[in-house]
Amino acid sequence: MAVDARRAGSPLAGARHRLSSAFWRRPWLKAALLLTPPLAAFVLVYLAALVSLFVSSFWSVDAFTGKLIHQWTLQNFHDLLHSNGTYLRIAGRTIGIAAAVTITDAVLAFPLAYFMARLAGRRVRALLFVLVLLPLWSSYLVRIYAWQTILSHNGALNWSLNKIGLPDANLAYTNWAMWIVFSYVWLPFMIIPVFAAVERIPDSFIEASGDLGARGRRTFRSVVLPLALPGVVAGSIFTFSLTLGDFITPLLVGGNSSSFIGNVVEDFIGINGNIPFSAAFATVPVIVMAAYLLIARKLGAFEAL
Amino acid sequence: MRRIRRGHVLIALFTAALCVPAAGVGSGTATGSLPTKIGKGEGSLNLIEWPAYADKSFANKFVQQTGCKIHRKDAGSSNQMVALMRTGGGGGGGQYDLVSASGDASLRLILGGDVQPVNINLIPSWKKFVSVFKSPAHNTVKGVHYGVSVQWGPNTLIYNTKRVKPAPTSWAALYSSKYKGKITVPNNPIQIADAALYLMKSKPSLGITDPYELNKSQFDAAVSLLKQQKKLLKRYWNYAADEITSIANGDVTIGATWPYQTLALQAKHVPVKEIIPREGATGWADTWMLAKKAPHPNCAYLWMKYVTTPQVEAKQAIVFGETPVNPKACPFMNKIQAGSCAKYHLNQPLSYYNRIHFWKTPVPDCGNGKKDCMDYNAWQKAWAQITG
Repeated sequence: MAVDARRAGSPLAGARHRLSSAFWRRPWLKAALLLTPPLAAFVLVYLAALVSLFVSSFWSVDAFTGKLIHQWTLQNFHDLLHSNGTYLRIAGRTIGIAAAVTITDAVLAFPLAYFMARLAGRRVRALLFVLVLLPLWSSYLVRIYAWQTILSHNGALNWSLNKIGLPDANLAYTNWAMWIVFSYVWLPFMIIPVFAAVERIPDSFIEASGDLGARGRRTFRSVVLPLALPGVVAGSIFTFSLTLGDFITPLLVGGNSSSFIGNVVEDFIGINGNIPFSAAFATVPVIVMAAYLLIARKLGAFEAL
Repeated sequence: MRRIRRGHVLIALFTAALCVPAAGVGSGTATGSLPTKIGKGEGSLNLIEWPAYADKSFANKFVQQTGCKIHRKDAGSSNQMVALMRTGGGGGGGQYDLVSASGDASLRLILGGDVQPVNINLIPSWKKFVSVFKSPAHNTVKGVHYGVSVQWGPNTLIYNTKRVKPAPTSWAALYSSKYKGKITVPNNPIQIADAALYLMKSKPSLGITDPYELNKSQFDAAVSLLKQQKKLLKRYWNYAADEITSIANGDVTIGATWPYQTLALQAKHVPVKEIIPREGATGWADTWMLAKKAPHPNCAYLWMKYVTTPQVEAKQAIVFGETPVNPKACPFMNKIQAGSCAKYHLNQPLSYYNRIHFWKTPVPDCGNGKKDCMDYNAWQKAWAQITG
């Protein structure tokens, strides 16, 4: 029995040997086998979704029954461009606020991240880390509602302003409110990559800069900033794309002209099941992000992620 | 012999009695497959509802009586209701039994094939309904009922009595720059009808007779009025709770609302009042509609039968802040809360209902033989441009 089994196993062992030598001779084969499952998942989950989005943007929908009509048409894109500028204005507002939020977060995050990475002691650094990440422990929705009460007419902000003799700041339900809330909720996503980039700058570079006669400001401009820039760009990918895709904040703290691309998508799908038009509009952030990522790659952001 | 004969007569009479309602169904509706009686409950009932539309205070008794366990899916807007009914292949996806659709959604669900006809004779309270809710245009098409009316409410004008003086009497207050930056209106395309209603009275030359049947020029006039109004608004409200917060915090002092928000604010001792302005008002009327692929039709019928009984109508009205469609609920309302029947206008004569223009989905057919009215798609696109 045992002998039989060994004999039966021997052609199998031979096959295994031949297989491993085939892999050794052709390294690409092994790589292909290893990469196929994750690649297939990527293609199915990400690309298929994107492609179906893109394809359905060329269809239309029966206005009343909400059923899809599978006929190729450019009407959705035509409507996007020719509706008295409504959708261009909404896209512009979305991109503009996303950019403003990104710049604000970069300016706010840099000093803090620099302090955490280079100046703070171990305990202070740990404490700051906890404080930066603490908001992420609570629901994002709760934090938006908190800002709604802070900024409202009877809220903490106006109360404090009145205490020091200043008039009300009518910030509730405006685009300013959206800017403040977005900048707040996405700030941690900027601090962390900037911190990582600043921390990676070797001390010796800064000492060398000093040895060569550069003062603090010059060292910062010529050594720290260029080396930290990929971190800032990496953080900006988060803050920019998260703002670009949001629709809750405009709903809750926005005013009378605060619709984002996401709100239009939600309205069109919710009201008429108009997936094609929503898909057409949703290609705008896809294109914007693609362009943004290309630029970010040029700036070396992906090395800092 | 005599005994047997009497027995035969009884059977014949009983059969005839069964045929009478069935004949009524046959003549009233086109579909022959309507149930003629409600069978035993399936033990489960899945509802898409406005929050509190199957409130435990009255639903628990139903569960005890019928054994139909209720699973609730709360919807925040009419659009969400339509979306929920259409996901999973339409018709409620074989998941949902009933949806408490408002008039701006109900016709869309009927024409989209998401709901099925119901045998209205299986809901005994229906005969007692206020006549306008028996076969309203928003849930009955060509004599076929797609559900049973349940409750309604007007879209009223709310104002802060301390900040808005003198008290408004007309919708003009929402289009006047006097309250610039202090106004809110709902974020809903059906809001165009509110502008049309105002124009109906303030600009008779436009010839608007029904705020939901607008031709191109009437529609454009309403849209341009709303574009001017936008500059005066603090915000559009999406959820009832948003409006309550804005008014309670003092960001908004006047706006369009539902009685629900007014009651909630008054309960918080915010000095607000609501009126139906002299132009009249639009109103929403909700219908429990039977999903096309309802998995528990018997429980669904039992529920429709239960919620329209006077006692339950009264309880739901008080919980949600709306008006029953069954006037027999009046004494039961007063029993729960003295004077509430009058407060919710259930004791009003029929002429009162003529001032309320109930939501219905706009369709191209104007009812005048012409098909030149703007449809809901146009309304929605225009609304996107107004608010965008």
